[in-house]
Amino acid sequence: MSTLQLKESKVLNVQFVGDDNVLNHIFDREGGTKLKKEKAQLLVNPQKIIKKPVCESEKNDQEVLKDQNYVEVLGRNIQDSLKNGSAVDGGNKVYSFQQRKHSEEMAKLALELAKTARKVVPLDSKADPETKKKVTRKGKGHSTSEKVQPENNNKAECLSAPPRSLRKRIIVPVSHCDSESEYSASNSEDDEEAARDDEDADVVVLSQKSRAQSRVLPAPVSKGTPLKKMKRDKASDLVEEYFEAHSSSKVLTSDRTLQKLKRAKMDQKMLRNLLSKFSPSFSAEIEQLNQQHEKLFRKWMLQLHLGFNIVLYGLGSKRDLLEKFRATMLQGSVHVVINGFFPGISVKSILNSITEDVLNHMGTFQSVLDQRDWIINKFKEDSSLELFLLIHNLDSQMLRGDNSQQILGQLSSLHNVYLIASVDHLHAPLMWDHAKQSLYNWLWYETTTYSPYTEETSYENSLLVKQSGSLPLSSLIHVLRSLTPNARGIFRLLIKFQLDNQDSPSYIGLSFQDFYQQCREAFLVNSDLTLRAQLTEFRDHKLIKTKKGTDGVEYLLIPVDSRTLADFLEKEEEEAS
Amino acid sequence: MATSSVSKGCFVFKPDIKKRKISVPIEDYFNNENLESEDSKLRFETYHLLWQRMKSETEQLQEELNKNLFDNLVDFLQKSHSDFQKNSSNWGCQMKFREIPTAALILGVNVTDHDLIFKSLTETLQNNVTPYVVSLQAKDCPDVKHFLQKLTSQLMDCCVDGKSKEVKSVKTPKKTNYSMDSLSSWYMTVTQATCPKMTIKKRTTSSQWQSPPVVLILKNMESFSTKVLQDFIIISSQHLHEFPLILIFGIATSPVIIHRLLPHAVSSLLCIELFQSLSCKEHLTVILDKLLLTAQFPFKISKKALQVLTNIFLYHDFSIQNFIKGLKLSLLEHFYLQPLSVLCCDLPEAKKRIKFFSVNQCENIRRLPSFRRYVENQASRKQVTLLTNETVLKEETQLLLENLHVYHMNYFLVLRCLHNFTSCLPKYPLGRQIRELYCTCLEKNIWDSEEYASALQLLRMLAKDELMSILEKCSEVLQSSTEKHLDSTTQKVKDFLTQFQNLDDSKEEEDACGSQSKGLQKTDLYHLQKSLLEMKELRRTTKKQTKFEMLRENVVNFLDNLVRVYLLPPESQPLYEVVYFSAAHTLREHLNAAPRVALHTALNNPYYYLKNETLKSEEGCISNIAPDVCIAYKLHLECSRLINLVDWSEAFATVVTAAEKVDANSTTSEEMNEIIHARFIRAVSELELLGFIKPTKQKTDHVARLTWGGC
Repeated sequence: MSTLQLKESKVLNVQFVGDDNVLNHIFDREGGTKLKKEKAQLLVNPQKIIKKPVCESEKNDQEVLKDQNYVEVLGRNIQDSLKNGSAVDGGNKVYSFQQRKHSEEMAKLALELAKTARKVVPLDSKADPETKKKVTRKGKGHSTSEKVQPENNNKAECLSAPPRSLRKRIIVPVSHCDSESEYSASNSEDDEEAARDDEDADVVVLSQKSRAQSRVLPAPVSKGTPLKKMKRDKASDLVEEYFEAHSSSKVLTSDRTLQKLKRAKMDQKMLRNLLSKFSPSFSAEIEQLNQQHEKLFRKWMLQLHLGFNIVLYGLGSKRDLLEKFRATMLQGSVHVVINGFFPGISVKSILNSITEDVLNHMGTFQSVLDQRDWIINKFKEDSSLELFLLIHNLDSQMLRGDNSQQILGQLSSLHNVYLIASVDHLHAPLMWDHAKQSLYNWLWYETTTYSPYTEETSYENSLLVKQSGSLPLSSLIHVLRSLTPNARGIFRLLIKFQLDNQDSPSYIGLSFQDFYQQCREAFLVNSDLTLRAQLTEFRDHKLIKTKKGTDGVEYLLIPVDSRTLADFLEKEEEEAS
Repeated sequence: MATSSVSKGCFVFKPDIKKRKISVPIEDYFNNENLESEDSKLRFETYHLLWQRMKSETEQLQEELNKNLFDNLVDFLQKSHSDFQKNSSNWGCQMKFREIPTAALILGVNVTDHDLIFKSLTETLQNNVTPYVVSLQAKDCPDVKHFLQKLTSQLMDCCVDGKSKEVKSVKTPKKTNYSMDSLSSWYMTVTQATCPKMTIKKRTTSSQWQSPPVVLILKNMESFSTKVLQDFIIISSQHLHEFPLILIFGIATSPVIIHRLLPHAVSSLLCIELFQSLSCKEHLTVILDKLLLTAQFPFKISKKALQVLTNIFLYHDFSIQNFIKGLKLSLLEHFYLQPLSVLCCDLPEAKKRIKFFSVNQCENIRRLPSFRRYVENQASRKQVTLLTNETVLKEETQLLLENLHVYHMNYFLVLRCLHNFTSCLPKYPLGRQIRELYCTCLEKNIWDSEEYASALQLLRMLAKDELMSILEKCSEVLQSSTEKHLDSTTQKVKDFLTQFQNLDDSKEEEDACGSQSKGLQKTDLYHLQKSLLEMKELRRTTKKQTKFEMLRENVVNFLDNLVRVYLLPPESQPLYEVVYFSAAHTLREHLNAAPRVALHTALNNPYYYLKNETLKSEEGCISNIAPDVCIAYKLHLECSRLINLVDWSEAFATVVTAAEKVDANSTTSEEMNEIIHARFIRAVSELELLGFIKPTKQKTDHVARLTWGGC
């Protein structure tokens, strides 16, 4: 209804507005403009419920219906499926376009979620959207700083570490506080519109133009998302929004970095220690889920034997489940466990372990394809052979290639090779075309376990986890132990030099000539030939790297981080003493 | 033994030889713990037998369907090759020498089924035409060199297979160079050497040729790189006179693709003939016809399950193989879930099995809803005996099973008749395919549906010759059955036919008398109009039907009657659960799963899986005590393409600390924060594993979103 009014006023009061006026307006009422942005969020959210009474949400619902019809046609409506997770509103929510999001949205949602916590039953927030609205309306009268205060305190309590920056974020852009402090962030369009109606007509004009103008405008506006179209009922608008979200290559996020936080990085071990102190919630329910899955073991065995292969999907690590399956069902038979998440895995290594360890074949093969053919022939010839393949994470980075999948599929299509695998990646099914799918002959089983992916993520060079460097250290020690004392001395010299220079950013390595000089002085080599021979040895073990500098001189560098080197020196000295 | 290590990804476990011997037979896994029934072994055997029968039936069907195509192909090959053999000096033939005979085989988009076709094609060709049949795939031939290499090695293999194994050691091909020259010289030596041998061998047909042709099958021709194909064709056309090559292209899309892939200069070197295989939809119809729409196999599928299977076929892959897989799965599930499926076998066997039923199994029968309904309709005395007396129950069950069998026999005959009638109607009110008709009949009483009413109406308007041809078809259908249950019906249909034929004679008289009475005199316009109106009135009131109309009415009524008597939905039959598989949702779950939706649900609405009341929240919301990864996911949905890790972690911490404060009002210690941070790290790396985010270098300490238009 307010939209209608708005339109009228637009028609009536078109007038010329100077650029300066516009600018002023934007600065003044930035809060207002910002609020105007649409929340056409089909994807998530808390706001949607509050929006319900607005007529526009009905339109949304219709769209949902339409989508569901389509989904139905595809045979995907799951009204009768009891267990499958897909029962919850079909594809609509999952596959809608991404909206352009505001950078502060996350903090907002966080606060909201935090808030709902207090109410143990979050349902009542739905019960009276009316009162909620009132609260926010009242809130508008207050001064912004007042409103922010309690919020801020709350946060400061929670995370003692970065209070300053956070406060800054909340207070400085005053306009943001306005929206941020309201728990029901976008409750509403009609609120906003009501507010806007009070303002005079040129705001409306402005709002029409602002899309274009916001690009010209400097910083403060760019923080807010550009206004979106009022109407968004058609799919074409969705498409527009999609392109809008992707129009600029720049994405607006805050510039803060982890370095400002005290606890920037921790290593794998520390992480595990910390996590072990935290007891996961809902263990009883998770246990129940697992028990449900374990009941299927015998059925899996049956279906494996009847020529199907089994693939498990769903949230949560399926490793423990498969391990249990292995322990209970496969003790009497030959089986190979393959950790797909292991970074060094390859089809070659899988085939090798089959040929060497399972089939006891000592020869070598020209190519992977030869090896595959050999295995296939072997299994076809001898029908008494049986092999179970357990692959954790068939969709891992190393195995998802077309060739690997083809080969694994061909293996699994043998009638005496039984494959049971798990996939986790969102897009895992895209690995397989029809031909491969029919090779695999999958039966899908949903096994949502909610258990943490401890093992699977431990190899990963995670974003926030620092590499401890224990692996390079031990390999360093191993290699150096096998060398002559002289060679060790040479290497130690290089380490020391590198450690001395670790702080200088322009350090590119030790030049060969200098190095030779130093080694000579320490009576480690007697000619540059012997030094070169030693260096070749190091290079073969990948202990050093050589680089030609701009002046054509060779520079030597150890490609290991300095902390590891320091650890190494320490150990060496301990041993020496 | 542990299965995690930092240096190894594969772990092989081999039990001791002694241990390995005692492997569990498959039947033991068949034991469904929920059912606690003692006859799982028997059920498994029944399943196995039934499946074997169905499988061999489908294989036979496929063979028959392909037979026609293969015959044509073989004809073509023989003809083109014999042309080649006649070394005529004719100019036209000379020109033709340069053209490689090519068969373009259009197989349809169901690529997965092609392998089977090619396999049997190879066999047929090897038996009938030539020992030298080679099939190549695009994957193996990235360039001409590999192409030739594969061709050569496979050819040599063919030759070795054709002869005895001992030659193998002699013929180790040199790995160095493969060329058309070496191939043709090889061909010369081989044909000269083997020809005398061949005549002695079984190949009587091929022996008449001095040199059998070399047939090269290119599977899925679209995926070959054009350059390889072109080069190969040009080269081999040069050598055609000494190396009689015949090409067979497997084409999945349309024949136009040949001209799109090959320029005119190259395609003019080919002498192409098109062959079309049966379309997969017809194939499906045949399979359904022979496996499900028959009383030959006791196993039946409910409407929903059938719809799931056909939908997967029609909307996803057009693959017959997958359809058969689905059928296999439903058979398996049926025997696994239904304790009484032990009776799902041929009638005499089932009757025998009932005699040995235990108390427990009798109880199972009594528990069947359809049986309970049946009992309720009986007289009260009989009710008591049925529920208490085992022998009476067994006898009754035998009777019911027999009825069920008869019901099916009649059902399919009548269904086919009805299909004959409805499939010729305009707009197909009851579906064009018999499977659609079958689905509607399975679902409900078909005569209650609007479509049926309109179909009958349309039938009442059919012309005589149409009606007669339909009736003829129906009588054929009815006569095809060996059983005698529908004898009277068959007779009736025949009667109708003869009546129609007799109509021809009597009709002429009628026509004559009809026209004679209405001799119109010359009159003015007014009178003409009046008399016309009168005539019309007359016709309406008396509504004197012609004999034909009456007969037609009779036929339609007869059909309607048949449908109402015989096409009752299976739910109305007692003991129908024994043979009908109805768990459609398991089929969909296992064959056509939606991992993405499951993942989304698990992250978005953990209550769906973890039935904990505290997790319950309204749609779109998430409780803040949800698992970490759910919270992190929810928060990340609020961001656009890039996510600032610091913001994210703070938001996460806010939520998590708030959640924890609910139960313990303690002050937040540094350790707590550390733990929360660790949890955040874990959640983030899990999301990375799941493919929602990835690290990016666009901005420090940011990650990129990967989903739904992100990135």
